[in-house]
Amino acid sequence: MLLISCPNCGSRDETEFHYGGQAHVPYPENPAALDDRQWAQFLFYRDNTKGAFAERWLHSTGCRQWFNMLRDTVTYEIQAVYPMGGGRPDRAAPAPESGTASTAPDSTTTGTAAPDVSGTGTGSASTTAPEGATE
Amino acid sequence: MADLLPEHPEFLWHNPTPKKSYDAVIVGGGGHGLATAYFLAKNHGMTNIAVLEKGWLAGGNMARNTTIIRSNYLWDESAAIYEHALKLWEILPEELDYDFLFSQRGVMNLAHTLGDVRESMRRVGANKLNGVDAEWLDPQQVKELCPILNISDTIRYPVMGATYQPRAGIAKHDHVAWAFARKCDELGVDIIQNCEVTGFLKDGNRVVGVKTSQGTIHTEKVGLCAAGHSSVLAEMAGFRLPIQSHPLQALVSELHEPVHPTVVMSNHVHVYVSQAHKGELVMGAGVDAYNGYGQRGSFHVIEHQMAAAVELFPIFARAHVLRTWGGIVDTTLDASPIVGTTPVDNMFVNCGWGTGGFKGTPAAGLTFAHTIATGSPHALNRPFALERFETGALIDEHGAAAVAH
Ligand SMILES: Cc1cc2nc3c(=O)[nH]c(=O)nc-3n(C[C@H](O)[C@H](O)[C@H](O)COP(=O)(O)OP(=O)(O)OC[C@H]3O[C@@H](n4cnc5c(N)ncnc54)[C@H](O)[C@@H]3O)c2cc1C
Ligand SMILES: [Zn+2]
Repeated sequence: MLLISCPNCGSRDETEFHYGGQAHVPYPENPAALDDRQWAQFLFYRDNTKGAFAERWLHSTGCRQWFNMLRDTVTYEIQAVYPMGGGRPDRAAPAPESGTASTAPDSTTTGTAAPDVSGTGTGSASTTAPEGATE
Repeated sequence: MADLLPEHPEFLWHNPTPKKSYDAVIVGGGGHGLATAYFLAKNHGMTNIAVLEKGWLAGGNMARNTTIIRSNYLWDESAAIYEHALKLWEILPEELDYDFLFSQRGVMNLAHTLGDVRESMRRVGANKLNGVDAEWLDPQQVKELCPILNISDTIRYPVMGATYQPRAGIAKHDHVAWAFARKCDELGVDIIQNCEVTGFLKDGNRVVGVKTSQGTIHTEKVGLCAAGHSSVLAEMAGFRLPIQSHPLQALVSELHEPVHPTVVMSNHVHVYVSQAHKGELVMGAGVDAYNGYGQRGSFHVIEHQMAAAVELFPIFARAHVLRTWGGIVDTTLDASPIVGTTPVDNMFVNCGWGTGGFKGTPAAGLTFAHTIATGSPHALNRPFALERFETGALIDEHGAAAVAH
């Protein structure tokens, strides 16, 4: 179980949260201008990074606020927790989110929470993966 | 008494060093990669081919799945490909000359709500129209087929009935892999373990080779069968896939005398259970919510499925968890696989089988081999093209409740 540090409530069990998938995917600036290929990219294609991945989480049974998290998808180590609308803390010059902040799905900022780049260990990194076959 | 497993010869295939070039290279030595190589050699006479596996043969999801085989999917396209797979399962032990303990003990999908009941009856009707064996069982018939199931109304979601597919069942997953591997080897296919693909050689938009941990290999064609790592390989080749990789966990109990005669799946209470040949109870449920390449998930997922199992099967309350493990499953948004061409010339992809691709192994191999050999899809995999995400012709098995495994 991941131990997730909500920017508003502190460390809580993963079971209190809801996963929101890849962060920083802005709603198309001009939806009417997209062709089928571009719509497919927006609707069905998300990064599937092996390694540091910026993703959205919702503290559904706590403060009910969304926030972003940087997590390693191999070790599951949580590397940073930061507010929606903020840039990725591991990228020097974060790309601006295409000027559509008001309609961007991740623009519901969690307000004042400061980025927490201290890193929250999940504890799961020490659990070795079972390598055995099922029987 | 539980069944004894058959003995195996010590070596079923050679471990050749890679040649400088092949007519086709299959990336990934799980069930799908091996089945693809087998059908390339057998049906299309392509024997100068190699299967490259970064770890040990069939050590990925093939080693980790709970082996449920069924074909009672809702949509025509799915019913066609999964039913074809089931028909192949029925003849493969003889064709491969290998008894991999395919046991057609039936699969039951329980209904616990009025919505479940309606969906299930609809699916039974659709299955019958597609020539898939399917029945609707009332709770009493459920109890007759599986006496250890609790059909009383004292549980939170009482059993309101079930769909039943008598020809469905389970098989010994690693024996299946070994059966294909041995035949591939006999037909001249090179099976190369500990050979990780790290990049691709391209001439313009055409793939002409693969870079591997054992050196560069030239090839006319590449077929990707990398399951959870499909996105990683696609990225190396310069295109994207609509895939998210998730941990999927399962568990087994210690060995017990045979108590469970069939396979029971409940999407609503969310667990599925069978009893393996040796006697262990095999259970699984859904994926962990987050993306993950770690071959492990969170323990609350295991707790949840055990709670469901004990509610449905009170007799399991005193069984013990012996082992839990996880695989990396390649999920799509419509819960259907992608088998076809890619934006890169001469590169083909078979992925997106997600939580339920073991049952599809023979049909994935057959249709993917056809696609690689001829350059265009077989009738069975044509609807499962990557382009469906642009045309909107999705095959939405998610809504169809028969999706899990
Ligand atoms: C816990 C669990 C339970 C499941 N239960 C069921 C079930 O009951 N019924 C069912 O039908 N399905 C089930 N599945 C799904 C099924 O296991 C998969 O859909 C299926 O095994 C995928 O095909 P495969 O066998 O080829 O995959 P894999 O065995 O994962 O093969 C892919 C291979 O590619 C290799 N690879 C990856 N990257 C590279 C690289 N760069 N170079 C070389 N090789 C590479 C991997 O090492 C791996 O061996 C389950 C899966 C899991 C994890
Ligand atoms: Zn909170």
